[in-house]
Amino acid sequence: MSNSEVIVVTSGKGGVGKTTTTANVGTGLAKLGKKVCLIDTDIGLRNLDVVMGLENRIVYNLVDVVEGSCRVKQALIRDKRNPGLYLMPSAQTRDKSAVSPGQMVKVIEHLREQFDYVLLDCPAGIEQGFQNAIAGADRALVVTTPEVSAIRDADRIIGLLEANGFKQMDLIINRLRMDMVRKGDMMSAADVVDILAVPLLGIVPDDENVVIATNQGEPLVGNDCPAGKAYANIVRRIRGEEVPFPNLDKSISFWTRVTGIFHKA
Amino acid sequence: MRHFFRRKSSRETARDRLKILLISDRVNCSPEMIELIKTDIAKVISKYMKIDAANMEIQINAKGKGARGIKNPTLYANIPILDLHK
Repeated sequence: MSNSEVIVVTSGKGGVGKTTTTANVGTGLAKLGKKVCLIDTDIGLRNLDVVMGLENRIVYNLVDVVEGSCRVKQALIRDKRNPGLYLMPSAQTRDKSAVSPGQMVKVIEHLREQFDYVLLDCPAGIEQGFQNAIAGADRALVVTTPEVSAIRDADRIIGLLEANGFKQMDLIINRLRMDMVRKGDMMSAADVVDILAVPLLGIVPDDENVVIATNQGEPLVGNDCPAGKAYANIVRRIRGEEVPFPNLDKSISFWTRVTGIFHKA
Repeated sequence: MRHFFRRKSSRETARDRLKILLISDRVNCSPEMIELIKTDIAKVISKYMKIDAANMEIQINAKGKGARGIKNPTLYANIPILDLHK
C-alpha cells in the first residue's frame, strides 16, 4: 500500500507503557477496519505477544525472517478477534545483535506493501535495539509518565529522534492521576508538554483496567473505562481527527483550592 | 494549611528539577562545567572592564520558545558592568 504509515512507539525508560500503547493503538486502528501489523523489536525480552494474548501461537519470529529461515508471511500471527490485525513476534532466545537497522528497513519495506499501518514496539534504552526500531519508521510516538526520570529519558529520546531526521514525534502521557495533579503532587499534562515541547497526542489516566486487560491478554481500547476511552481518542488523532482534550490543564481550580484547605487542615 | 503558608508542592519541585536537569542534558555538559565557563568568562571580561561577577548569570538555552527543531543551543550571559573604563 502506497500511503502506509510506519510508527515506532518508544520511551527511553522501561516500564512506562510502550508495549501496552502499541497493543492498544494497533488494535484500535484494526477495529477501524485498517490493516495493521505490530512488530515486537525487543529481541530477547519479548512481551507484545503476551499483552496481545497471542503467545501460544508463535512459530516463527522476526529473527527467523531476517535470517531467511522463513518467509515474512509465515512469521505473522493473525489476531482472530480483530480482522486485519497481525503480530510479528520477537525472538526470546537471541540478543539485539541478531538484527541490524538495514535488515529492519528491508522487512518494513516488505510489510508496507500489505498494511495500512506498521507499529514497532521499541525496547527500552538507546542502544542497538532502539536503532533497529527507529530505522524504518516515518513517525514516532513517545510515551512517558509524569515522573522526573521518565520525562528526562523521553527528552533524550526526542533529541535522538531529531538527530535521526524524524519530523513527526508525538507525545503520549501515560498513567496520569488527576487526583494527585489536583493536590499538587504530580506534574500535569500541561507541565510535561511544556517541558518536552512536542505535540501532545494523548493522555492515558492511571487505570486498574489496564492491569486486568494485560492479565487477560486482551487490549482494552474502546472499552468503557478511562484508559479504554483515552486509547480510542489517541487512535482517532492518529487518523487525523481533531479530538479535544477534556481537561488538559484543569490545574488547581478555585473550588478545589477552597475545598483543599479543608482536606489538608 | 499548606495553601496559606505555601511551601513548594512536589509538582513544582519536580518541574523545577527537570528544567535544570534538561538544560545540562540537552547541551551535554554538567552544572559544574557551566560554573567553570562562568568563572572563565568573568576573568576575561574583567581584563577590560569592572564587572559584578557575583551577580552575573549564565545560561544555555535552545534559542527562542518552542525550542525543538533548532539544533544549536545558545549561551546567554548576563553580566552587570560596574565601570566601563577600568
